[in-house]
Amino acid sequence: MSFLSRSANEGFARTAAACFAAQLDPTLDEIGDVKTAVSEAVTNAIVHAYPSALGKVTLRLRLFPDRTLEITVRDWGIGIPDIDKARAPLYTTGNEERSGMGFTIMESFMDSLRVRTKIGKGTTLVMRKRFSPRAGVTL
Amino acid sequence: MPVTCTSKDRSLHAALFGDVDHHGAKEILKELEQQIDRVLPRELLLDCAGVGFMDSSGIAVLLRTQQRMMACGGSLRVVGVPPQAAKVLRAANLQRILPFE
Repeated sequence: MSFLSRSANEGFARTAAACFAAQLDPTLDEIGDVKTAVSEAVTNAIVHAYPSALGKVTLRLRLFPDRTLEITVRDWGIGIPDIDKARAPLYTTGNEERSGMGFTIMESFMDSLRVRTKIGKGTTLVMRKRFSPRAGVTL
Repeated sequence: MPVTCTSKDRSLHAALFGDVDHHGAKEILKELEQQIDRVLPRELLLDCAGVGFMDSSGIAVLLRTQQRMMACGGSLRVVGVPPQAAKVLRAANLQRILPFE
């Protein structure tokens, strides 16, 4: 799905991701992890990728037969100049309502996190999480 | 309003409702700061039982509120934190500087 980088869309994106993941019959804890990671990724795109204008953000969700959920959040914004710095805990270029813990939380709630970024071209975040086995749920 | 405040004898009680994310954090922070400046409380009891979702913006809200309380010589107590929000706060090791229940 694709939406504009308005902050009101943070809730929309994480709720859509939770609905998609619901077919795995996840635990409350797992669904909370998905919502949190998507919220962080989409907020990063909204706050940092497009600091002075609205832009396009896409959220792609894929399921694999081994119950792995792949979440891809992409923007076409300014890119991240120093990815190691951006991933460091407490580092932020945002306002007072930002804590600099977004990447730390995505990393701790997901099994893996990959970042591709190019200055002036945009950023793609790919996160994966394998859900716990559930009897009677086939994909 | 995602914050409901009541005060008595320089004690402030604030209840948070709904989603604490980047979209709502500014308004929550502004309301809490205005209430702190008005009451100058010795203690702020921040009740998070009504929070449906929290991301790292919640960490910023709690830390800024704690700073504001310390600046006016008071303390902050955070209670009723639901499991999803508690997991976010623990991932940031927040309990080391701001205990929550």
